[in-house]
Amino acid sequence: MKVTINGKTIEVPEGTTVLEAARMLNIPIPTLCHHPKLTPFGGCRMCIVEIKGAPRPLTSCTTPVSEGMEVITSSPELEDLRKTVLELILSDHPNDCMICEKAGDCTLQELAYFYGISPYNPPLLKGDKGGFLGERRVYGKRDGNPFIERDMEKCILCGRCVKVCDEVQGVEAIDFAYRGFKSKICPTFEKDLDCEFCGQCVAVCPTGALTGKMWALRGRQKDIKEVDTTCSYCGTGCNITLHVRRNEVIRVTSREDTWNEGWLCVKGRFGYSFINNPDRLKKPLIRIKDRSNCSSGSNGLNKVFKEVSWDEALDYTSQRLKEIKEKYGHDSIAGLSSARCTNEENYLFQKFMRAAVGTNNVDHCARL
Amino acid sequence: MGTGGIAAGGAEVIAAFKKELKLAGIKANVEEHCSMHKVGCRGLCAKDVLVDVIVNNEKVTYQYIKPDMVPRIIKEHIIEKNPVQDWAVGEDYHFFHKKQFKVVLSDCGSIDPEDINAYIAVSGYDAARQVLTSLKPENVIEIIKSSGLRGRGGAGFPTGVKWEIAMRQNSKQKYLICNADEGDPGAFMDRSVIEGNPHAVIEGLIIGAYAIGSDKGYVYIRAEYPLAVERLKKALSDAKKNGFLGKGILGTKFNFDIKVKLGAGAFVCGEETALIASIEGQRGMPRAKPPFPVYNGLWGKPTVINNVETLANVPYIIRNGANWFASFGTEKSKGTKVFALTGKIKNSGLIEVPMGIPLREIIYDIGGGIESGKAFKAVQTGGPSGGCIPAELLDTPVDFESLAKVGSIVGSGGMVVLDETDCMVNIAKFFLEFTQAESCGKCVPCRIGTKRLLEILTRITKGAGKEGDIELLEKLSKDVKAASLCGLGQTAPNPVLSTIKYFRHEYEAHLQGKCPAAVCKELLTYYILEQFCKGCGACLRACPAGAITGEKKKPHFIDSEICIKCGACFDVCKFKAVVKE
Ligand SMILES: Cc1cc2nc3c(=O)[nH]c(=O)nc-3n(C[C@H](O)[C@H](O)[C@H](O)COP(=O)(O)O)c2cc1C
Ligand code: SF4
Ligand code: SF4
Ligand code: SF4
Ligand code: SF4
Ligand code: FES
Repeated sequence: MKVTINGKTIEVPEGTTVLEAARMLNIPIPTLCHHPKLTPFGGCRMCIVEIKGAPRPLTSCTTPVSEGMEVITSSPELEDLRKTVLELILSDHPNDCMICEKAGDCTLQELAYFYGISPYNPPLLKGDKGGFLGERRVYGKRDGNPFIERDMEKCILCGRCVKVCDEVQGVEAIDFAYRGFKSKICPTFEKDLDCEFCGQCVAVCPTGALTGKMWALRGRQKDIKEVDTTCSYCGTGCNITLHVRRNEVIRVTSREDTWNEGWLCVKGRFGYSFINNPDRLKKPLIRIKDRSNCSSGSNGLNKVFKEVSWDEALDYTSQRLKEIKEKYGHDSIAGLSSARCTNEENYLFQKFMRAAVGTNNVDHCARL
Repeated sequence: MGTGGIAAGGAEVIAAFKKELKLAGIKANVEEHCSMHKVGCRGLCAKDVLVDVIVNNEKVTYQYIKPDMVPRIIKEHIIEKNPVQDWAVGEDYHFFHKKQFKVVLSDCGSIDPEDINAYIAVSGYDAARQVLTSLKPENVIEIIKSSGLRGRGGAGFPTGVKWEIAMRQNSKQKYLICNADEGDPGAFMDRSVIEGNPHAVIEGLIIGAYAIGSDKGYVYIRAEYPLAVERLKKALSDAKKNGFLGKGILGTKFNFDIKVKLGAGAFVCGEETALIASIEGQRGMPRAKPPFPVYNGLWGKPTVINNVETLANVPYIIRNGANWFASFGTEKSKGTKVFALTGKIKNSGLIEVPMGIPLREIIYDIGGGIESGKAFKAVQTGGPSGGCIPAELLDTPVDFESLAKVGSIVGSGGMVVLDETDCMVNIAKFFLEFTQAESCGKCVPCRIGTKRLLEILTRITKGAGKEGDIELLEKLSKDVKAASLCGLGQTAPNPVLSTIKYFRHEYEAHLQGKCPAAVCKELLTYYILEQFCKGCGACLRACPAGAITGEKKKPHFIDSEICIKCGACFDVCKFKAVVKE
């Protein structure tokens, strides 16, 4: 289908939206609620465009192109409407950028900047003493869940979190509740969130309404070094990006253009505190005392185990395996491998058990 | 008898008739000459309960009937054949009906809605029979198109065109939905049609389904209409028993079934995409169009949504012909329209008029003018999506185009009459309160924009309006209309814009601290005119705040600092000495 946007023509497949076509042409259209991996919503109204023959502006994120469509993405009227929309959003927003986790990485903040809208001096809703006017939603209660900070005063009701939870994660833990100005995203009966805590919702939230609880006051986008790596939790091998500040991982995200499309699970997204944990094992240990004499805890460790080199540990292991096999037979040995290893490693492990040790006693923790 | 009649005591009147007839019947043996029916709404709610007594084919209609009046009617009229003239309806009752023309309501109020045979006796289901046995879908659509029928749900989209698009969709499954959500405050047209003649709606659905090729229909009706739901369900089951629904209808190969889906009473669920979401079990939130439901509707299938009144017109059009229907109304708005006439009007009630009738005739001839002789100020049409039309435009014909031209809409048919004691800013505020509470919250302009409009209106009515507020209302209204996702937000500012357009002076007066209609409490002062005050002390005793002082037989005085503006003194003063301004 042929569509002409701002005078440039492009041929696109049927079902392409005007927004997608514009992006193919490198024509920018501001969006807030749109997310390329989720079904269109059409709620924020920032992406409105003028389409020849349509009686009113239409949202480009929801409108499929039709043959010969002629689109204009920017005009004084459109920009004026966009400004009104932003102003309305900011009139019901805490405007807390100075202490917001999301500052510097916030779509709302970015748009307010480019449109030059200050909540303290809005061109339209001029209130008393330059302050913005009207009621703002204020919620007292803090969601008690362990992972996700849900600051619904910053929520712009873009619906992305609701959609990702339903369409990607298949959990449907949250939805819209109430009507009108009181509309709100929340779990059933406004209980504390109790879900998979995959954080997909956090990943897609365009504002600071959803953040990681453990991210708080550990550093914002500025000064962060991003390190792309692979999650070590399981054989799936999701691509993750560590956000490192002063040599400390303060947040984990995932890029949308990786094979896992930016989606992660609770472990990959929030389970990174082990990295700098003092209890973390960094070298192999060999037991020096009998189990019955063990005292638990990290102080006890030094008395029960001794740190050794990899060579020493491997030599020790192979020697003991041989001894046991000789004395009790190969089937007296069993091997359990870990879901945190890759498929290849697990393959090698069973090969080792069968070919080198000579037993079929081999299993894997993910099966337990 | 509809919900209104029942509220006015209709059930008790029927019980009284039953009881008294039985009593009298034994003595006078009149039972065999006498039958009694419950009928649907007959329009003139203000005079409920209305009773027709037909003796020797002569009908007398009684108004304001209460159970204790029944014995006299039976004795004098039925037994002694002397109608009770004191209680019979007067001139105005006949005037109420004279300028009306009934299509949709033609059988409403004269047949028993709970009896399918009553409907069949007035040619009911003849149209469906004719369509199913002798017409092709194309022919049906041709008839509906040439009748000029346009949707009665608000937008006025040509029904035949909608059906034609649906018919052309190449899909095994299509749906036809009857929209009986009727959420506008003050509207009771669709409710009355279903309560008074549910079979006409069902017959319309059958014909529509046949035309578009659907075997499954829904009636989406609000749960707050229990009587309508009950009658509809009974009618559906009777229609099925009589072979008008189900498999192989009337011996043809056509199958069609109708499900009733109860809505939970959200105004926005009347919007078609929200309605579809609601039937699918989702939250009732509209989605952007295109794609329109005729292409991609319920469960992703081609779906036609029609209003109750639209569908109820269909059997009458088929029976009487497209030309007959097209002979009423104007060039672009054919047929009749049902309105719920309410507000400060003498004959409030349900009316049906030919399209194009001047507003003046509705208000003065049918409606009998303003209650208690006050001056007419405006009429609000189209509910929360509509606007206010002032006295100087009373000659505007009531049709889709003309009302749109003056900044209002026909809408679904609410008509609220306002008089000099109504404050227009307050009216706009009332509607905004409604739309704000009913906004689904999906899109920014409607969710936050209507809230801000409401806040500005509220402060104006409280005397805290600021210079520039009227312009701000205009600007924000314009933007909310242009940028909102669905019809709710796109029309919500209409009451604001139309009241500013025609009653800007009232807004300005508020900014200067005066409410010309003396409605907005914060802007009122109560005081006593010395020259009229007789010093009777009634006001002093009535004032709950102790704001009034004065010696007996001497002029009294209201201390405005203490006065809480409750109006008690104003109401009790017999000498009109208390004024509010
Ligand atoms: C907020 C909103 C509420 C509506 N409520 C109703 C309603 O209660 N009944 C109705 O028939 N149409 C209602 N409509 C119009 C419907 O969306 C739709 O246009 C209509 O049912 C189509 O039927 P028609 O072509 O027969 O008029 C509403 C529209 C909006 C935007
Ligand atoms: S969510 Fe964005 S705009 Fe809102 S306070 Fe945080 S950074 Fe600022
Ligand atoms: S964390 Fe995952 S499961 Fe929980 S609400 Fe967010 S998206 Fe849904
Ligand atoms: S929490 Fe975030 S993603 Fe969810 S609706 Fe609000 S702003 Fe959008
Ligand atoms: S205009 Fe109002 S009711 Fe319609 S989608 Fe937007 S918020 Fe919902
Ligand atoms: S991005 Fe299209 S409406 Fe929000």
